[in-house]
Amino acid sequence: MTPFYTATDHLVLLPAIMLAFFGCAILLLDHWAPDIMALFRAANPKDRKWLLPVFVLPGIAFTAYTLWRQQSYLAASGATDIQAFQGSLVIDGFSLFFNWIFLIASLIVAIVSYRYLDIEGEHHGEYYGLILLANSGMFFLAAGSDLVTLFIGLELMALCFYVMVGFLRGDRRSNEAAMKYLILGAFSSGFLLYGFSILYGIGGSTKLAAISEAMAARELDDPVLWLALITTAVGLLFKISAAPFHMWAPDAYEGAPTTVTAYLSVASKAASFAFLLRIFLGPFAASREVWEPILAAIAVLTMTVGNFAAISQTNVKRLLAYSSISHAGYMLLGLVAGNETGLQGISVYILVYTFMNLGAFLVIVALRRGNLIGDEIEDLAGLMRRSPGMAMLMLVFLVSLAGIPPTAGFLGKFYIFLALIETGHYVLAVIATLYVAVAIYYYFRMVRTMFLDPSAEQEPLAGSFGLRLAGVSAGVLTLAIGDYPEPFLRLAQTSILR
Amino acid sequence: MPEGYVPLFIFLAVAILFPVVALILAKYIRPDVPSRVKLEAYECGIQTASDSRARYTVRFYIIAILFVIFDVEAIFLLPWAVRYQVLGWFGVAEVAVFLVVLAVGYVWAYKKGALEWI
Amino acid sequence: MLDTVFFYLFTLLTLGGAILTVATRNAVHSALFLITSLLGVAGLYLLLHAEFLFAVQIIVYVGGIMVLFLFVIMLVNLDAAAAQRQFSRMWPVALGCVALVGLELFYFLGKGEPAFRIAAPPPVPEPTAGNTERIADVLFSQYLLPFEIASLLLLVAVIGSVVMAKKRI
Repeated sequence: MTPFYTATDHLVLLPAIMLAFFGCAILLLDHWAPDIMALFRAANPKDRKWLLPVFVLPGIAFTAYTLWRQQSYLAASGATDIQAFQGSLVIDGFSLFFNWIFLIASLIVAIVSYRYLDIEGEHHGEYYGLILLANSGMFFLAAGSDLVTLFIGLELMALCFYVMVGFLRGDRRSNEAAMKYLILGAFSSGFLLYGFSILYGIGGSTKLAAISEAMAARELDDPVLWLALITTAVGLLFKISAAPFHMWAPDAYEGAPTTVTAYLSVASKAASFAFLLRIFLGPFAASREVWEPILAAIAVLTMTVGNFAAISQTNVKRLLAYSSISHAGYMLLGLVAGNETGLQGISVYILVYTFMNLGAFLVIVALRRGNLIGDEIEDLAGLMRRSPGMAMLMLVFLVSLAGIPPTAGFLGKFYIFLALIETGHYVLAVIATLYVAVAIYYYFRMVRTMFLDPSAEQEPLAGSFGLRLAGVSAGVLTLAIGDYPEPFLRLAQTSILR
Repeated sequence: MPEGYVPLFIFLAVAILFPVVALILAKYIRPDVPSRVKLEAYECGIQTASDSRARYTVRFYIIAILFVIFDVEAIFLLPWAVRYQVLGWFGVAEVAVFLVVLAVGYVWAYKKGALEWI
Repeated sequence: MLDTVFFYLFTLLTLGGAILTVATRNAVHSALFLITSLLGVAGLYLLLHAEFLFAVQIIVYVGGIMVLFLFVIMLVNLDAAAAQRQFSRMWPVALGCVALVGLELFYFLGKGEPAFRIAAPPPVPEPTAGNTERIADVLFSQYLLPFEIASLLLLVAVIGSVVMAKKRI
């Protein structure tokens, strides 16, 4: 081993290596997959779903194992973090927490996709490869502490998503969504790079630690500091789809294949949030006075736009897109509060949001069949009669998204509100609470359609085994986090970035 | 301006000036007797068939973008090549990993038939 | 003195090319002016002693990406695009952005150099090695991780372009 690639570096990098390795293996062997499957006497060797147990699940399992090894190594060493690559990567509670979330999201999305992609007629091995490669990009977003690593990880993730959003190549909506997402994504990356270049100028180094020191040494009215702050913040807010930089989200979410929408709305958002927290709690921590009011205004604007635009939507995917925008507003409020409770609240919120939002999209995935796209609210009509299991699951997810007590969604919002009150942001707390009422209105419009409206279709849903498994797991977890929150709260406690 | 580039720019200036001067000079010296056939676009001696701004097939795009991607790859190899002896085996290993990952892309594109014309 | 002359020459190329890129109606002409602009940027890199970037700019941007641009221009139906209004009604937004950037620019110009305070550059070692060699030294040691991730990025780019453009995959 050389000084530039030590054993510690290897240990820290292993999850990304695993994901990239299995992603590459899928791409390489996809062409020969039918021959390989025939060797195993698979029932239908041409079916691409065999890629799932052979490549995707082992890949995720190996990654989980390496993450677990990192976790035990971290616990055994007693340190708060492990630095690698001269401080380019850092493994701490924060990065481990987020990496577990990304991995779970990838797993769930991978196992629900095969039936959906078959129906769409676009079942290719590349899809699974891109999921794994996107996940390896997210690894660098959560664990990176160097501007170059962070940026290139972001681009790796985003590039995979651009392709996946446009994966239904015969569908105009999907093409248009990919185009919009690509152009606006590239535009926001430009902002981010501009900010990064100024941050590098300020710090004289690409390492976040060195930049934090240099930023802390500056006066708050330094114009260069403002310039770096504003441009970087604009780029980051684009990525988490906060208003007024949210325009890409509804179009991209609506046009993308529903499974990709689920992945995009959960994993990409969590990764972008991890990135945002790394920057705001690292280099920008000392200039909190400057950005706190700006971020508070953006959070309120985001909640306003998200909630009010969601009311008038008739397309479920679009509605959930606006609702996810408003959730980003709540998470930003946790950062505005900025105390221990607030940061813990963000972690809890992201964890909870992962399960409930993925779950809601899974039900939409289940509605897809034949020539019915199933993403209009009317398509939910009479779901209770047609498929009571799915309807009950959807009820759990929607109640949780609205933030009503027995479910996990309440816990996330509760912590954010608590943090706001602890830090004296009473007005923000009141506004946030009022928007919960607005949210209840549009979520329950969907519930009413499911339970009360008569259905034109009578056929039960054709959910695959993977879909049912993932749906039930997400539902159980959503209820479990709401009812037995202690272990999850402890987990979130370890993930606070110090 | 780094030293050693000034001759390059003199060369560049001459290279730009020469055709410009030649064309302008030719315009005033040559006899100018245009006719319809002379002004037509020259298409290998055959009558002009259609507009030259025809739409290409998308295959050109795939080839072009694959070219750009592997072009960028080659650029990354350039610094390694000039520092080959200093970097030693560690450099070789790094570049090998880099190339293997890109070879995956090449094999994949080849197997998908992205490089086939028909 | 010579540096200043060249600086203004390259700036003129860059800015003039950029303005003509967006102002011409013919997309092929736009692409050609973009090449001019990119060549100007390459010259600026040279003035900054960044010879490696200069070469990259010429080989990748002027050589590769512009060929790609021209192919794409030939792919799409330009007659329809040329018939459309070239200036959309979003120009007030553009004007606002330009005003903002102009404000930023004139603020720093007015305040002079002390306002734009950046970190002191690290001591430059005596130029025993050229620009490319020094890039190699940091790229393959300190920045080896981004270098390897870049290979994954290029891999995804290969997949993405083929998946999006090929009829049957």
